[in-house]
Amino acid sequence: MTDRLPGFATLAVHAGAQPDPTTGARATPIYQTTSFVFNDADHAASLFGLQAFGNIYTRIGNPTNAVLEERVAALEGGTAALAVASGHAAQLVVLQQLLTPGDEIVAARKLYGGSMNQFTHAFKSFGWNVAWADPDDIGSFERAVTPRTRAIFIESIANPAGSITDIEAISAVARKAGVPLIVDNTLATPYLIRPIDHGADIVVHSLTKFLGGHGNSLGGIIVDAGTFDWSKDNKYPMLSEPRPEYHGIKIQETFGNFAFAIACRVLGLRDLGPALSPFNAFLILTGIETLPLRMQKHCENARAVAEFLSGHSAVASVSYAGLAGDKYNNLARKYAPKGAGAVFTFSLKGGYDAGVNLVSNLKLFSHLANVGDTRSLVIHPASTTHSQLDDAAKIQSGAGPDVVRLSVGIEDKEDLIADLQQALSTS
Amino acid sequence: MNHDAYPDDYIRQILSDVKTIAMVGASPVNVRPSHFVFKYLAQRGYDMIPVNPGQVGKNLLGKPFVASLADIGRPVDMIDIFRNSDHIMPVVDEALKLVPLPKVIWMQLGGRDDAAAAKAEAAGLKVVMNRCPKIEYGRLSSEISWMGVNSRTLSSKRAPVPTQGMRLSLNRMSVGGGETAASDRAAKNKNEPS
Ligand SMILES: Cc1ncc(COP(=O)(O)O)c(C=O)c1O
Repeated sequence: MTDRLPGFATLAVHAGAQPDPTTGARATPIYQTTSFVFNDADHAASLFGLQAFGNIYTRIGNPTNAVLEERVAALEGGTAALAVASGHAAQLVVLQQLLTPGDEIVAARKLYGGSMNQFTHAFKSFGWNVAWADPDDIGSFERAVTPRTRAIFIESIANPAGSITDIEAISAVARKAGVPLIVDNTLATPYLIRPIDHGADIVVHSLTKFLGGHGNSLGGIIVDAGTFDWSKDNKYPMLSEPRPEYHGIKIQETFGNFAFAIACRVLGLRDLGPALSPFNAFLILTGIETLPLRMQKHCENARAVAEFLSGHSAVASVSYAGLAGDKYNNLARKYAPKGAGAVFTFSLKGGYDAGVNLVSNLKLFSHLANVGDTRSLVIHPASTTHSQLDDAAKIQSGAGPDVVRLSVGIEDKEDLIADLQQALSTS
Repeated sequence: MNHDAYPDDYIRQILSDVKTIAMVGASPVNVRPSHFVFKYLAQRGYDMIPVNPGQVGKNLLGKPFVASLADIGRPVDMIDIFRNSDHIMPVVDEALKLVPLPKVIWMQLGGRDDAAAAKAEAAGLKVVMNRCPKIEYGRLSSEISWMGVNSRTLSSKRAPVPTQGMRLSLNRMSVGGGETAASDRAAKNKNEPS
């Protein structure tokens, strides 16, 4: 009676998708429609009351998006997922289910600059407070927890420096505090790290990056691990209390181990509105089919480029967890044995000016504010993505003035190295 | 049976084999979960019997309520218990007096009574605890996938468009040995003091 386990690459191609019931179309169709007809008044009422399976309106759900959701849930080993318009929208929708004004999250200090911004400024106006902790000092998470803490938020591989976070150690802190651990798995993708296997309760992604993988579509997703008991105390009323807008049903009682994903959909996405376009969902799904192949090539190229840079006389240091001797190499071996990702930083002996020159001399690397494209990308974080932070925070998050960030693409690695070589020698 | 994590085949076989289901605690109120689970299972072709002593004389979707399992008066394959864990044992005791015996005792999401389960298993019945048959049927048929739920199954076959009363194929390839590692961990976390 033992079921055979399909592998990751099989899930990347198949999970969630099935030939279209009406046409037999094998590729997932783009259901480019705002709304779906009801069979009759009773069917409509059942759908609105969350009593029946089916589609209503694309802000709440769409069949193309549903394939993407099930695929990412399967790849992450979660119970369900919800796709939204961007990575930032995913973070907003997740925290809206967990926090009320005056509540707090504890977040790792090493995060994408835009997330630090979102937490510090935008969420402050909702009365949601953030306490920062240092992922290199697990005790700092424990010390930051208060009775108002409702979640802990970390990145598995942190932007920009590609440092690896000790997910299991921080998950132990979250369990002790009785709060869920949220892991932003954007830079790792489930191909390199599956945070749920290490104790994450919720996984979020910017699908914009490696999952979509081609630099053509914004998107975000929330994956429910199905591991957290939302009704244990009264901390999470969105999930444990009767919902007046749905005739008093309790979300966890009704939906069990995928209640969080449902709350994000029927309370978060429905009311806040950041729905993903089905066309973007289609492009991202197509990207995911080749995720294992692309990630192998991204990691192979990143490693070669990091090795080249660490031997170059103009380079002061390289921060790539895949290199032996890197501060995060042991964590990389434990959490990401297939590769340490393709986003990392290095610093130039010539400081800020050398960084600016390098970026302008590169011919193949594109100077832009994104990561996780097939193309190789470069940016100077201190003057762009992390420019809102003060100098101390820039350095703490790995984006000091002399630091350059690369997102290594899937071109021929010899061409990438040659481009860096010529740009460094003219800098 | 390990009641923290059921293999897909165990659930698949139960939902494929049973035809008649008595639902204890079925509610006539159309926004209660028992009501819409009853309705869904009826739509998927199961012969449904509502059991609720407070509702005798009324109908649920055209089926007359009966006061107790003993009042059904015909063989039942599965008893779906929509009651809190504290009220499960008396229902199981009543079920074990039926002739012929039912084949399956199913306790709804949130419901769990290990002693009652052991008693039913000793009498040769299959037991499922803390699961919803609507969710499991929707998952194994993939009908639930519309809401982003991981069905943990795959298929390269064209699915039918479901119509009223249609039983769907549950014969899809399972992903994983049943439950995900995540739900195993949730069950384990629940049983360990934190
Ligand atoms: C790690 C990480 N999380 C979240 C985001 C935000 O994603 P989006 O731009 O899709 O809103 C980004 C974007 O750069 C990111 O790198």
